Amino acid sequence: MPAGPRQLSGEAVAAPVAAAVPDSVLRATDEWVEVRPERIADVLRFLHDDSDLDARQLSNLCAVDRHDRFEVVYHLQSLDRNHQIVIKAIVGEHEEPSLPSAYGVYKGALLQEREVYDLMGVRFEGHPDLRRMFLWEGYPGFPLRKDFLQIPEHHPGLPKFPFEESGVQAR
Amino acid sequence: MTAATEPYVLNIGPQHPSTHGVFRLRVVMDGERIQDVEMVVGYLHRSMEKLAEERTYTQNIPFTDRADYLAAMSGNLGYCLAVERLAGVEVPERASYLRVIFAELQRIASHSMANGTFVNDAGAWQTPLMYMFRERERILDLFEMTCGARLTTNYMRIGGVAFDPPDEFYPAIESLVDELPERIEEYAELLVDNEILLARGRGVGIISAEDAINGSLVGPMLRGSGVPWDLRKAEPYCGYDRFDFEIPVGRQGDAYDRFLVRLEEVRQSTKIIRQALDGLPSGPHKTQIPLALRPDPGEAYARVEGPRGELGFYVVSDGGSAPFRFHIRAPSLINLSLLREMATGASLPDAIVALGSVDIVVGEIDR
Repeated sequence: MPAGPRQLSGEAVAAPVAAAVPDSVLRATDEWVEVRPERIADVLRFLHDDSDLDARQLSNLCAVDRHDRFEVVYHLQSLDRNHQIVIKAIVGEHEEPSLPSAYGVYKGALLQEREVYDLMGVRFEGHPDLRRMFLWEGYPGFPLRKDFLQIPEHHPGLPKFPFEESGVQAR
Repeated sequence: MTAATEPYVLNIGPQHPSTHGVFRLRVVMDGERIQDVEMVVGYLHRSMEKLAEERTYTQNIPFTDRADYLAAMSGNLGYCLAVERLAGVEVPERASYLRVIFAELQRIASHSMANGTFVNDAGAWQTPLMYMFRERERILDLFEMTCGARLTTNYMRIGGVAFDPPDEFYPAIESLVDELPERIEEYAELLVDNEILLARGRGVGIISAEDAINGSLVGPMLRGSGVPWDLRKAEPYCGYDRFDFEIPVGRQGDAYDRFLVRLEEVRQSTKIIRQALDGLPSGPHKTQIPLALRPDPGEAYARVEGPRGELGFYVVSDGGSAPFRFHIRAPSLINLSLLREMATGASLPDAIVALGSVDIVVGEIDR
């Protein structure tokens, strides 16, 4: 599958992480490593401090709602070694998901975690200032969740495009 | 007997010339000094990430114009790269060159705006800004003759670019590229040793290299702190490794250094455009993709070096015709992570200069 050109494979990252932070790695693919959500802060601390993995910058943090669970995705960047590491923490709870904050390791998580909380409702324990950011306090619900104001039997997008079978190409 | 001051709250914005958009700062002041600062954003929140889940991959391209409306081309490019990586679409050589030309033109236009407004904040009221708008205007004219729009270009497509530039484009860009180095010298002469700018910019909003990396800062913010990190070199997309250019870095990591980095980047962009124009191959400008693009389930994260830094797009597909999740990694927002550290302890005018040197675009912060 489409990994970035300078992305480390999940297997290559999983072995040192599993050795340093016991009982943390759940699964590794060639793109990413899935870790136990409650251990995420320890894993990030290790990746940040380790001289070979050298993940000194949190380049992107976002969450994906998979209907019954939340995937929190961390794209980490090594500037000296020029590689990217992708870590996922999958939170099984859908009503009130929560996991430890990355702010203790990366200051850059401050606004990114606030954004995920604001729009997805994932709580980051230990975040110093976890409040609504784009929406106001008291806004009902979290709009990026898939079940937010869902219309029954509505599927986004066209099920089939006009002339799709005849192989019409986009202009 | 000691006199004590009461902290008071000062509200800057949302409508204020120095916040560059609908952006509000709540500043707690102790006399002249800033004790604490909090940003209040969301006035331009248009829920693009949610809307994108209802639209096809091609229909989402206009959202990327309207996120960072001063660098629409870079937004288009980053999104198209992400979808191309997701769907495995190859891009013709000519399209890559055209993408580089337009992305670099956009960088010049955006940096002109950034530097112009920064100098404006620092006290050189309007004159340098208007000089810089002169070049920006010509770049926007080039955009207009190619794709019909000046700001919200919607020019890149998945698999290439929408149109080949018209015949009158080439003489116009040639004359612009010939003229630009002279213009940049003019700005350097006017501004680099300018006493007011030095007094207002030197030592203001200092960020160390270590903090800049840890705080996820990117683009001129990171390079201003002395870290030579540029995705065009580190992870060359669109064949940036073919071109010869340098990464300028600052030394002290203050507002003035960021200004210098942007000024030098304009020079380097001119060099890249010159090389890309000379090497522009002929051939198709677009790969044909199916009208209903349905990438296999999976995910892709692609990033480009936009004018404000790493502009990333995280696109997840579930096999349908619309993205399952569409996330924009917005450099304008994330560059503000260290705003509190930059502003606390400074005086209010210094904080305004520090904020100006971050070069935020509120459309991208709020999305």
